[in-house]
Amino acid sequence: MAQIDQLDPELGASLREKYAIVGVGETEYIRGSGTTTRAMAVRAVRNAMDDAGLEPGQVDGMLSYSGMDSTLSTFVSSDLGIRLNFYMDVLGGGSSSEALIGIAMGVIEAGMCETVAIFRSMNGHSQTRVGGTGARAVAPVVSEFLHQRSYGWQSPGQLFAPSFLRHMYDYGTTPEQVAHVKVAHSHHASNNPKALYNNRVTVDDVVGSRMICKPLHLLDCCVETDNATAIIVTSAARAKDCRQVPALIRGVVGRVSKPRADLHYQAGPISTVAGHYAAPRLWRNADVGPEDIDVTGSYDAFTFTTMLQLEDYGFCKKGEGGDYVSNGTIFLGGKRPNNTSGGHLCEGYTHGVSMVVENVRQLRHEADDSCPIGPDGKRQHTYDYSEGGCRQVKDAELSANLGWATPGTGSALVMRRGA
Amino acid sequence: MSDSNYQTIVADYLGMTLQVDNLDNENQAYFAHCAAHNFHLQKCDDCGLIRYPVGTACAWCASGNFAWTPVEGKGTVHSYTEVAHAIQPAFKPYVPYMVLVVDLDTQKGAPTEHEALRVFGNLVTPDGVLAPPEAVAKVGIGSRVRMVFTDIVDGLAIPQWTWDQDAEQPGRPWRYPE
Repeated sequence: MAQIDQLDPELGASLREKYAIVGVGETEYIRGSGTTTRAMAVRAVRNAMDDAGLEPGQVDGMLSYSGMDSTLSTFVSSDLGIRLNFYMDVLGGGSSSEALIGIAMGVIEAGMCETVAIFRSMNGHSQTRVGGTGARAVAPVVSEFLHQRSYGWQSPGQLFAPSFLRHMYDYGTTPEQVAHVKVAHSHHASNNPKALYNNRVTVDDVVGSRMICKPLHLLDCCVETDNATAIIVTSAARAKDCRQVPALIRGVVGRVSKPRADLHYQAGPISTVAGHYAAPRLWRNADVGPEDIDVTGSYDAFTFTTMLQLEDYGFCKKGEGGDYVSNGTIFLGGKRPNNTSGGHLCEGYTHGVSMVVENVRQLRHEADDSCPIGPDGKRQHTYDYSEGGCRQVKDAELSANLGWATPGTGSALVMRRGA
Repeated sequence: MSDSNYQTIVADYLGMTLQVDNLDNENQAYFAHCAAHNFHLQKCDDCGLIRYPVGTACAWCASGNFAWTPVEGKGTVHSYTEVAHAIQPAFKPYVPYMVLVVDLDTQKGAPTEHEALRVFGNLVTPDGVLAPPEAVAKVGIGSRVRMVFTDIVDGLAIPQWTWDQDAEQPGRPWRYPE
């Protein structure tokens, strides 16, 4: 097995910018969708196809992921008039978006199909509560889970919290520093008409909100949402015939794991997350480094996840994540804004797809904020990031998405603005 | 072979259904030891390393050969969380309850510096009941704890942790700043 400092420099290079995301779409971010995951998935994929300018006959692959809480590609494709040459519905959470984009590239490369729609559809508030209350809290505890859930240790926040507290212990990271992640994302959401929560909050609001499980306050946690999101991947050659500026895929890594994926706490340091192992492969595949990136999408199921990943992917030195997220860098107008849509903390929880959607729009220079639309149909961005204003990152050329399943597993994606 | 040596155990604990399937041989053996208030883990016959949690083969050498071996239930809190907002309804009367990630003294720092047998559990009273707030307030990273068991039904108990009054405790364990 290749160690992280012994990567073949040629691997990953042959597919660099050979594939692109050509379409993105979503449904409304809402609590109470009043409809099925199937109906939402159909709408999201149709929106992504319309965005790309693709007809049903031009999409022949489908991928989705879920936690046994969603519809299947077989139903969604039929509702859209798509005849499939490939489909797969996989289990998984927040590390899936980037991983499935990589799988899409692979199956197209293998000649199995030509254009793949990826979706995640979830009634995360009105059906299967993502936070773990409701049906999941009363399901029988069996096999491996006997060693966790028996202890009232079940929800994602509860399960990840020991990593977060240990980072505070190891590096002196403070709750106030990390609260800036929510503050930044709330500022971004205030410029996103789609966001479920678009009110700006302060550090005091975050650390003053009620404790959920230490170190997570209510406002350190993402917002359960009903929503479907979709992405369309095809070759860069076919992308030229699509409607939008393509987001070229420079490099991807999927579900890179720490030692002991069965239970990542067994191999420390537990304040280091999977990004530490994924980073060399990501940057090698993309042939750029963190210093080159204009905008990041670091998964924000919790404020701490954003911080830990930015640190372990090398956007700052190990242990300095608290400073990085609180020194202005990740705010719109800062050097490298993170989650310009407001992310899972504010826009709505989608299990990751929305962060890729946002960065695709950033690279198109088409962030859907409140800036006026010009006679050419393009937004006239003001780059005034005050409340209710612009959220386009000026001249965004390169983006990075950092997906999170657990502290032990992560995925990532680097995209460049195409021609 | 379709016959099992075990009976499926189904029990209610704090409003949860805990179920150890009859075919889950490793967990059946693990919890049978726990029910007798013995902490046993699987020790690899080939490389000699002990593993946690229960598994089919050795995480370091992949050998499937092992023997259940008694392990001392003493250790140091490596990290924790303190739950104020319970997910499972029957935990609500016990908030804030504490989930501990404990480095066992046995095999700490092996096979590599950052590895340990990190055994989970709640902070409980010596008789296995979720600890009251005043007990929670004195435990943090660095605290010394010893294992006790919470009996659930005949044949099923779960390992837990309690403050070790006989151990040398840190002057002030690290806790989330209040």
